Amino acid sequence: MAVLWQRAKANISVGTGKYFNQVLLVTALAVLAAVLSLVSPHFWQWDNAKNILEQTAVLIVMSVAMTIVIASGGIDLSVGGVVALSGIVAGLCLKAGATVAAAVTCALGLGSLVGLLNGSLISLLDINPFIVTLGCGSIARGLALILTQGIPIYGFGSGFACLGKGNIMGLTVPVWLALAVALLGWVAATRTKLGLYASAMGENEEALLRTGVPVGWYKTGLYAICGTAAALVGLVLASRLNTADPTVGLGYELQAIAATVLGGTSMKGGASSIPGTVIACLLLGVLANGLTIVSVQPYYQQLLIGIIIIAAVIVSERKK
Amino acid sequence: MSGIRLKVKNLHKSFGSVKALAGVDLTVEPGEVTAVVGDNGAGKSTFVKIISGILVPDEGRIIIDDRVYTHLTPALAIQEGIATVYQDLALVNCGDVATNVFLGRELTRGIFLDRKRMYSRARKVLEEMGINLPAVDMLVGLLSGGQRQAVAMARAVNMGGRLFVLDEPTAALGYKETCLVLDLIRRLRDQGYSVIIISHNLHQVFSIADSICVFRHGRVVSCTSVKHTDPETVVKLITGTETA
Repeated sequence: MAVLWQRAKANISVGTGKYFNQVLLVTALAVLAAVLSLVSPHFWQWDNAKNILEQTAVLIVMSVAMTIVIASGGIDLSVGGVVALSGIVAGLCLKAGATVAAAVTCALGLGSLVGLLNGSLISLLDINPFIVTLGCGSIARGLALILTQGIPIYGFGSGFACLGKGNIMGLTVPVWLALAVALLGWVAATRTKLGLYASAMGENEEALLRTGVPVGWYKTGLYAICGTAAALVGLVLASRLNTADPTVGLGYELQAIAATVLGGTSMKGGASSIPGTVIACLLLGVLANGLTIVSVQPYYQQLLIGIIIIAAVIVSERKK
Repeated sequence: MSGIRLKVKNLHKSFGSVKALAGVDLTVEPGEVTAVVGDNGAGKSTFVKIISGILVPDEGRIIIDDRVYTHLTPALAIQEGIATVYQDLALVNCGDVATNVFLGRELTRGIFLDRKRMYSRARKVLEEMGINLPAVDMLVGLLSGGQRQAVAMARAVNMGGRLFVLDEPTAALGYKETCLVLDLIRRLRDQGYSVIIISHNLHQVFSIADSICVFRHGRVVSCTSVKHTDPETVVKLITGTETA
């Protein structure tokens, strides 16, 4: 009887904790949407909704990968630099006459290579992920600037433009990509060893080591995935704007971290929530869109994201 | 399934100028509970870490049944049937009971975790060990101290453990939970497994162990059957006021 009572209490506690954050986020999203539709007649338009989805798509791709890395107790601050470098590399390849497939493969390969470097340095040399990824991000950004002398490259042809502007069933390719990445991320986080070990690493890395799990390999794999996702974002942005800009992606890591923490994944690692991260991305997207609609300067958006990160971390730590 | 015979011979381990182990010889027989006692810094933890593959000894041999090793790795120790339950239990609180029982040896179907099979096998392992938990899909972070200890021991059994090394298994437990854990240890012994128990609680050691090995200054100063000694003598050996 006592055992049954313990289980009932636990179920209530887990159920409340697990979905509380997501319910809160959906409520905030609904309230924000309601307020914005009252403030502006342009908000509740299908075109604006599509615009929000397109703007949020790249954030979803990056944040889903960031969520798994943060769940493992790490962080990847190199994503902004990788976004810029991958776009530049794809642009240079296309300019040199390479096919779209070859350019995309090169850029994605480079992203995963930076991720592998991050993961190897973190797991083999046991260096703090904050420092390693900050350094690798700076190297990637530096390379992007050196390769272009700081001047954006543009004009890549219609084949490459499909990646950023192509349309499938009324939605652009980046939106479908974001959906696919979110689904893959959710499956990986909840149904595979990789996701299980990521959370276990964040919660108790020593436990995994003692059971003989090759923790270093898995950790390196997580950073490689994050690097690849950042490269995909770089490709989408270069394709959408038809321009590869070495300064693109500045502050993207901050937005991805904000979405992750807001979505309910603790900065200390442990259990992750991919649905929470996706809802948080949509919330940030609607917020940015709303601020633009009501003519608030973009500088204030930066300020707001900073406040949101701090507030989300405080709530997350209090909950723990 | 029977326990393994573990022999360590002349184990040495130093950390800088500190000699943690200075020639340890010890034998653990199958189907026996061997208690390892000693003061803080006597070398018990270093010994446990060496036979679990966490530390590499400077010198000496580890003989498992007839196989001789100069050192082990965590994976090799597990492969040889040495399953260690550390004092901190090494559990993942955000994982459920089945996840923790199978940690590092998950059942999969292709690349996907086969949770259904893990739940059913975890239930069977717990049942065979006589452990009664609310559910195998319950988060470990929500269990009591004794239940968490039971999960850690179930993992050791599920790993294919034949020699269980239990580091202070009852240190943080209440009376009822201690009884549960001691009962589990007895059951493991009765099933023919070998058990090494590290403990400061001599009363408990005398109630459960078949033999007692006393560590002092990195050496085994006495290894004897519980029938041929008493708590007072063991205390004297631990403190060095009596020599074996």
